[in-house]
Amino acid sequence: MYQYNEQDQRLIEERVTQFRGQTKRFLNGELGEDEFRALRLMNGLYVQIHAPMLRVAIPYGLLASKQLRMLAKVARDYDRGYCHFTTRQNVQFNWPALERVPDLLADLSTVQMHAIQTSGNCLRNTTSDHLAGICTDEIEDPRPYCEIIRQWTTLHPEFAYLPRKFKIAVSGSERDRAAVQLHDIGVYLVRNGAGEVGFRVLAGGGLGRTPIIGQTVKPFLEKKDLLSYLEAILRVYNLLGRRDNKYKARIKILVKETGLEKFIGLVEDEWLRIRDGMLLTDERIAEMKTHFSPPAYDHSASNDTSFPDHLATDNAFATWAKYNSVEHRVPGYKAVFVSLKAPDSPPGDITADQLDVLAQLADTYSFGEIRSTHRQNLVLADVKQSDLYALWQQLDALKLATPNIGTVTDIICCPGLDFCNLANAGSIGIAKEINAALDDLDYIHDIGELKINMSGCMNGCAHQSVGHIGILGVDKKGEEWYQITLGGSSDNEAAIGERLGPSVAKNEITKAITNILEVYVQQRLEEEPFLQTVKRVGLEPFREKVYANH
Amino acid sequence: MPIIKDQRITENTWTFIADDSPLANGDITVTLDRWTRDKEQLLKHESQVGVRLMPGDNIDILNKEDFNAIKLIELDFPVFADGRLFSLASLIRSKHGYHGEIRAVGNYMTDQVFYLHRVGVDAFELSETKDIERVLSALNDFSVCYQPSIN
Repeated sequence: MYQYNEQDQRLIEERVTQFRGQTKRFLNGELGEDEFRALRLMNGLYVQIHAPMLRVAIPYGLLASKQLRMLAKVARDYDRGYCHFTTRQNVQFNWPALERVPDLLADLSTVQMHAIQTSGNCLRNTTSDHLAGICTDEIEDPRPYCEIIRQWTTLHPEFAYLPRKFKIAVSGSERDRAAVQLHDIGVYLVRNGAGEVGFRVLAGGGLGRTPIIGQTVKPFLEKKDLLSYLEAILRVYNLLGRRDNKYKARIKILVKETGLEKFIGLVEDEWLRIRDGMLLTDERIAEMKTHFSPPAYDHSASNDTSFPDHLATDNAFATWAKYNSVEHRVPGYKAVFVSLKAPDSPPGDITADQLDVLAQLADTYSFGEIRSTHRQNLVLADVKQSDLYALWQQLDALKLATPNIGTVTDIICCPGLDFCNLANAGSIGIAKEINAALDDLDYIHDIGELKINMSGCMNGCAHQSVGHIGILGVDKKGEEWYQITLGGSSDNEAAIGERLGPSVAKNEITKAITNILEVYVQQRLEEEPFLQTVKRVGLEPFREKVYANH
Repeated sequence: MPIIKDQRITENTWTFIADDSPLANGDITVTLDRWTRDKEQLLKHESQVGVRLMPGDNIDILNKEDFNAIKLIELDFPVFADGRLFSLASLIRSKHGYHGEIRAVGNYMTDQVFYLHRVGVDAFELSETKDIERVLSALNDFSVCYQPSIN
């Protein structure tokens, strides 16, 4: 992963000093509420129901074991012993005291971590594929470009006061695991007719109140033009994005209201003007790639026979391997999912104790690195198959081996009413209920791939619009009700879920979900996955069952 | 109110003239609308003339002659959150090649001066709520940057 040099380190330390001064001035009354809000958001600090919430950046989801240990330390020293992984690969602490946050950030900086621009109307974390660098369908590793983009976005002086937040995602493989089409700017690494690798750039995607799938603005961008093109888009957005209405301020609205062709024209005009002054050189790309070169793989790893032996003799291990590990481009290796979706645990949460042991496991089994995924799980990306059994046993002891990745209990779930000022309804409690109702692992596995995304309000932090089943908490006459959508997807064929019917009461939502699953099992043809069945039969069969008594 | 320029406090010799007020003596700035409307008169002004820009102003209506004649560009922040002025500053420098003074006025935050300076703003009008020492200090918040400065 990227290794900080002296300048990178100095930058984040000076940021801590700056924020320490701003916090001090706020607390002694020199800095007003509104001013401090803008500044603290650009340091990841929200004021929430119970306590401030701090969002720490995990650039494109990549973490070193020493950073996991620091997260554990921060959880203990400043928080209540746990933290939460988010749908943008970041991590959140729910309970830090405001006046101690500068110290917290100072601690993070000792392991090259920060909370810069994780919130506010600015450029946010650049996210990516959690299998970057190791997946079998890779066109080119997106991470060097993610780091180049990260540096370009960090403390960019012109774009810190945008009309609204701005999110960029980059994917380097054939299968989109990074929800690229649902971002303000999405970037795919692609090959042109001549076999050269460049970028397909999309703009205007986004979720929340008005979910919109991004559109291609540049089918093929040469690598050298990456930063100038992004800068042109940002400048057009900064100047023309709406500032009169918070709910119409994202670039997706600008693209829609301007029209795609005209928008592209505006970007191209600016791009042509600046492109020669902002070339991304081959040297820079090559230098950045050296930070992401493959680790020292054991190329005899596939000779191991213990793995197939364990698969044959230990059912529980075989089940876990089937659902929680995926193919790796190096024979004899696997990528292992660390499930943060244990039945009785808030989705995406992890304790300090778990983090500490996980750091050790990363060191022992995966070259000291781990990744966060946008479904709020973690991935140990480079595990030898001969180590899988021992790793599984230790993950299982930690309750991090629930064999449910990609299944109906691998729910993306926002913090919801329990934690968030913006929420209309609780979400964590519903996830727990759904888990309890589906406590039969065989049934869960029979259902197969099914992505439930649940948000407590229209801001959609859990991406409910693109869930196979989406659940949206709404406020109906002061009570918590839930809107259901079906058929959403954030992969290559991105789709916005369709509303099933009227919202459902809190005491009925779990039953509605289990009913939907029943209909699926009845309607499916052989091995047909849920999303396929929904496309084939439409919503009517599901509607009938869910609203049978209404 | 005094201004800060080149890390020093300097007296402000300029007056902003509202659209419906008669032009006063001395160095004056006017809105972009007025510059376009009363240009002939302004170019005959006995002292320096400049323009005070709002976030939504379209500076592409100004040509090379305009920029040569304009001795001061003020960027007036109605609220600190309106970030369009950052892009305007950047374009004034890089697209229009303007070398005169660009000055932040109005409701910008002290904590924005570092970024403002990096996009080409080289002067800052102070107000009662702004502490001079703080502004000078904020200009040096970072010794390292990832993006090249406009300056």
